[in-house]
Amino acid sequence: MSAANTGLKRLSPFKNYTLPDCWDEMFAAPFQVRPHYAALQERMESMAPDEMKRRKQAADLSFLHQGITFTVYGKSEGTERIFPHDLLPRIITAAEWARIEAGLIQRITALNLFLGDIYHEQRILNDKVVPRELVYTCPHFRREMRGVSVPRNAYANVVGTDLVRVEDGSFAVLEDNLRVPSGVSYMLTSRQVMKRIFPALLRECKVRPIDQYSRDLLATLQSLAPGGRVNPTIALLTPGVFNSAYFEHAYLARQMGIELVEGRDLVVHDNVVYMRTTAGLRRVDVIYRRIDDDFTDPLSFRRDSILGVPGLLNAYRAGNITLSNAVGTGVADDKAVYAYVPAIIRYYLDQDPILPNVETFLMTDAKHREHVLARLDKMVVKAVGESGGYGMLIGPQSTAGERDAFRERVLANPRNYIAQPTLKLSAAPCMVDSFEIEPRHVDLRPYVLFGEKVAVAPGGLTRVALRKGSLVVNSSQGGGSKDTWVLND
Amino acid sequence: MLSRVADSMYWLSRYLERAEHTARVAGVQLNLVPEQPAEMNAGRWVRVGQSLGIEELGVERLGMSKALDMIAYNPASRTSVVHCVMSARFNARQVREEISSEMWEQLNRLYHQVVVAAPDFLSDADHLAFLDQVKEGAQLFMGMTDSTMTHGEGWRFIELGRYLERAQNVARLLESHLASFKVDFDNPGEEPDALSYPEWIGLLKSATAFEAYCKVYTPAVVPRLAADFLVLSDRFPHSIRFSLDRVYNALTAITENAPSQRAQSVVRVAGRQRAMLSYSQIDELIGQGLEAALASMREECAAVHTGLNEAFIGYAVEAALGG
Repeated sequence: MSAANTGLKRLSPFKNYTLPDCWDEMFAAPFQVRPHYAALQERMESMAPDEMKRRKQAADLSFLHQGITFTVYGKSEGTERIFPHDLLPRIITAAEWARIEAGLIQRITALNLFLGDIYHEQRILNDKVVPRELVYTCPHFRREMRGVSVPRNAYANVVGTDLVRVEDGSFAVLEDNLRVPSGVSYMLTSRQVMKRIFPALLRECKVRPIDQYSRDLLATLQSLAPGGRVNPTIALLTPGVFNSAYFEHAYLARQMGIELVEGRDLVVHDNVVYMRTTAGLRRVDVIYRRIDDDFTDPLSFRRDSILGVPGLLNAYRAGNITLSNAVGTGVADDKAVYAYVPAIIRYYLDQDPILPNVETFLMTDAKHREHVLARLDKMVVKAVGESGGYGMLIGPQSTAGERDAFRERVLANPRNYIAQPTLKLSAAPCMVDSFEIEPRHVDLRPYVLFGEKVAVAPGGLTRVALRKGSLVVNSSQGGGSKDTWVLND
Repeated sequence: MLSRVADSMYWLSRYLERAEHTARVAGVQLNLVPEQPAEMNAGRWVRVGQSLGIEELGVERLGMSKALDMIAYNPASRTSVVHCVMSARFNARQVREEISSEMWEQLNRLYHQVVVAAPDFLSDADHLAFLDQVKEGAQLFMGMTDSTMTHGEGWRFIELGRYLERAQNVARLLESHLASFKVDFDNPGEEPDALSYPEWIGLLKSATAFEAYCKVYTPAVVPRLAADFLVLSDRFPHSIRFSLDRVYNALTAITENAPSQRAQSVVRVAGRQRAMLSYSQIDELIGQGLEAALASMREECAAVHTGLNEAFIGYAVEAALGG
């Protein structure tokens, strides 16, 4: 190979790039770029050394001015921070995407059938494909939802599924997020920023657009109106300005042209939900709620919640209002139920899963438990109902004391934990604080909409573990993001 | 528009108007102290307390620093400038998406300027600089509001808050002034004595009215004319009549969008008051007793406040469903 196409140019920003000990998104071997990254490499090598730095600073400033920030809990000062954003896009080929998209649609379809089943006939439990006890002991299983029908039998309407690329380069599902997944505003705004910074490159690479997401989300919500009501009134329910994702709530409401409401803006009268406007009460048909089940209705769930709306659940059960996502979807993204998703797909669709699961050990199973506890230093242990990177043990990066503490917790409450082998997440080149380019681990959260139609936004949010060597990509734990480009062939 | 959003718009501008007014009144008084004799300065801060409706200041004879703490700096004092700015920002934060970013950034800037003020280390000149900063910051905000925000329903609620607060403030200011500096209205042309003359100028300055008054009547401050100017001027933006005209206009505009029985009743209250001010002459008000007339104007303002809350914001669910 000649120096020109191996990236050995004297000024190449990749000249010091060391391949990571895992799948690298950009390089197949040292200085051997994967074909779909060639245009990016060429573009970056043609830039003056300081240009990337300047563009990076321009991008950060743009995020700050737009107020694209999240709130860090537990700190009183400077609680609003910008979400760290890496300028180098993560690129996915059309063929890879076709498989991901088909796999996601298959998975979400099966999970919605599963939800409808366990809240109605419970065929899958009667057939002993999924243990009844597992479902009934799930903290997010809502008995209140037994026998309640939801429009189009669609429970999880807005889904963010976490995928990882493992050592052989294939994608696997790490987690399903069927409750209130967030981050889609970062996907949308990051593309806006990239369009300003790499306009020519986006065009040259034929990157698929994602701007239609807000329109698709609105169409999905409209398609879920109770009784097929036309021109339904839709509102986005937020916990308020102090919530970490408030920016996203306001952003989506504005993009869709719907009201951004808080619990205190809504009243329930005779099982009908209204919002208080200056022109009087206005009936609401669909609520895109960005608060957890527990907080939606103080009469039904947590009495101490002031975020919700008293009587909302009764109006919902009466079929007068649609909540999206439906109440009780959390049972299907429980990390122990996750282990059964391949079986769930086979049961309802009679198909093999297109996207595999990550090998998962249930701590309720004595053999599994023994196996895991004997090699805790090699495993990742997760609490089943947690999200955001909280409540987990990463074996290889843990101390003996932490492992002992987790061992005791697992033994005390096995149902609450699962374990997975420590995965070598793939890595992608990132510009780090020193403006050098180094590999960092990434995952991928595509966003799926499930209403009248199923739509997957091409790409999604690529989350980056910005700390060197770290495997945790959550924004609350020092993670950042990258724009994700799905190419048109 | 959501009731909560309208409510926040209303309160943010009310609080800011209050902050600006309080800062102006305190600044005028600080300017009077050095040149007025001790007998005029005795009880000054009690009078200030009355003119701002701060009861705690009315009952106790407080020194200037204690009074300034309560009026200007202490965030725990519900009537302080700092508290008002903080409350305005709190309300603005709830509706950040509904106001322009210029407005939000200006209010945020003002907030960060005032919360760091520590009165213990301030000299008299610093007090004045602080108060000027608040006045200027609030005026900038209102200017930006008028030029960067759509003059729709939200803006109308901002107008309502601003002018309702202003009408009440000016009414209370004049009312307490009349109580402290007795005027013989039977001799309508008489000017105040040399000692109280600066206090009358202070009254006009407290409503930004001195220069405007001079343009009409010369610096010879005649109590009857000053009262006429502050209460009945149809062109001066701090007069009670001007303010209530704006309140009425805002209410009718809102009601066009949101017609209801409840809305009609608050428009009626505001309209009645507006008509009274439009067709009254100052001598008639003096004949009935000016202080009592001012007190009743304040009560009518309070009735408008209650009425608009019942019409647009905190209405009972059953009443709203009934029509």
